[in-house]
Amino acid sequence: MDFITHLINGISLGSVYAIIALGYTMVYGIAKMLNFAHGDVIMVGSYIIFLLMSNVGVPAIPAVIISIIVCTTLGIVIEKIAYKPLRRATSLAVLITAIGVSYFLQNSSLLLFGSDPKVFSSVVNLPSIKLANGMINISSTTIVTVVVCILIMIALTLFIKKTKAGQAMLAVSEDKDAASLMGINANATISLTFAIGSGLAAIAGALFCSAYPSLSPYTGAMPGIKAFTAAVFGGIGSIPGALLGGILLGVIEILGRAYISSQLSDAIVFAVLIIVLLVRPTGILGKKLHEKV
Amino acid sequence: MAVLEVKDLVVNYGLIQAIKGISFEIEEGELVALIGANGAGKTTILHTITGLIQPKAGTIIYNGQDITKIPGYKIVSLGMSHVPEGRRVFANLTVMENLKMGAYTRKDKKEIEETLKTVFEHFPRLEERKNQAAGTLSGGEQQMLAMGRALMSKPKMLLLDEPSMGLSPLMVKEVFSIIDYCHKEGITILLVEQNAKMALNYADRAYVLETGNITLSGDAKDILNNDQVKKAYLGV
Ligand SMILES: Nc1ncnc2c1ncn2[C@@H]1O[C@H](COP(=O)(O)OP(=O)(O)OP(=O)(O)O)[C@@H](O)[C@H]1O
Ligand SMILES: [Mg+2]
Repeated sequence: MDFITHLINGISLGSVYAIIALGYTMVYGIAKMLNFAHGDVIMVGSYIIFLLMSNVGVPAIPAVIISIIVCTTLGIVIEKIAYKPLRRATSLAVLITAIGVSYFLQNSSLLLFGSDPKVFSSVVNLPSIKLANGMINISSTTIVTVVVCILIMIALTLFIKKTKAGQAMLAVSEDKDAASLMGINANATISLTFAIGSGLAAIAGALFCSAYPSLSPYTGAMPGIKAFTAAVFGGIGSIPGALLGGILLGVIEILGRAYISSQLSDAIVFAVLIIVLLVRPTGILGKKLHEKV
Repeated sequence: MAVLEVKDLVVNYGLIQAIKGISFEIEEGELVALIGANGAGKTTILHTITGLIQPKAGTIIYNGQDITKIPGYKIVSLGMSHVPEGRRVFANLTVMENLKMGAYTRKDKKEIEETLKTVFEHFPRLEERKNQAAGTLSGGEQQMLAMGRALMSKPKMLLLDEPSMGLSPLMVKEVFSIIDYCHKEGITILLVEQNAKMALNYADRAYVLETGNITLSGDAKDILNNDQVKKAYLGV
């Protein structure tokens, strides 16, 4: 029975990774860059929810919505100021800039909010669910996280398949110049991608901090790196890959912590990544060249 | 009146000057061929016209409007469609999705359907394969798709970059018959070709480009009979 509980918790944590991984994978697919500041957007979003709920007394749902709006804007601004001028620069220059943005966000938060961890109150306030005569106890946050992840995946898939903006994303991810010849504004499409990724980061932050309620300026870094790992694991550039990679990573982490060693669980996660990449360099669902997003 | 007027165009790649101050123009409804050896700068000229590259100097006037500094993605809605070198179809999208992408800037669903019907009439092969991923089409089929996709915007002017490259003689004929059809429909065409003989046979006028300079221009028939051209480009 413990195993089932661990498995469900793993799927839930993995769902958060999957939502974050979407941001990495979409931006990579469309702008061909790794946005290492993505994890820190999660942290910014969580601080906004925390401040609104604890200091202003805003209820959970409106607080999350405001956080989504702020993070979406933040994502667009980061792209405009830091990345857009580097559109034709080398990928190393872009990578270093992304790391710079990451430090900028962390240190700004340190300055604004201080270094002492805050206790984040869950945005999900529903009773937990007991199954099998109370032998399995699943918190409402866990359930909500999984449900939200599934909804996001469905919405995003429909958006890309059915809307013009979604099709434009596919076109830009394959061939920016050819997309431009079709009349697609690649810059606007890249901007939209950052907006969506950052909005999702806000949601991920709310869910992550609800499950792990200690909030500090470095809160976003670790889930950010793990979600990036998940994106690579599943095949960077692939949306189903982000989902699969995220869930697998979450499950491996939680089961590893429960049955092998709580200190080694992160090491196990990265060891699995290395093995997968040795066998399949493009990740589980990653395809060869040109097959992005 | 000239539909397209290129004046004193200079294009650099870093320190290398690829286009060295060329001027040419195309009248409405004309089929003009642009021929030249590998690396002469043909693709560069087309890319500059449709805004994929910014020129160092010079102006490009289209229908009386200066389009030199207009962002590339706005060009197609002005009625100019570019079939790029190497086809550049969206490999992971289906044939149908590629064609829809060609009509990206158009709003009227009904008219788009009509254009789609005409495109399928000319390229029945595309209709048979409409749900196939474009990347799995043969080279010839991809060329058909690239042209069909360009026609989906209902262009008044077409820029074609080596549409016959890598195709079998039969396929080349088919491609040129489509070009001829577009020409007869009144679409203004700028055709870049390695297959100079074929291009000059179909074109009204032609320009010969040599390492960034236009060295010869005139009636396609005259160029076809020019001794220098014969030696350099027609292999006779
Ligand atoms: N992105 C680039 N960076 C640097 N130089 C370039 C670039 N693209 C083209 N060039 C150079 O500019 C010149 C013209 O190239 P362009 O592609 O326009 O030639 P082309 O006439 O289309 O040749 P081909 O018939 O082989 O297609 C060549 O010398 C080429 O090496
Ligand atoms: Mg060329």
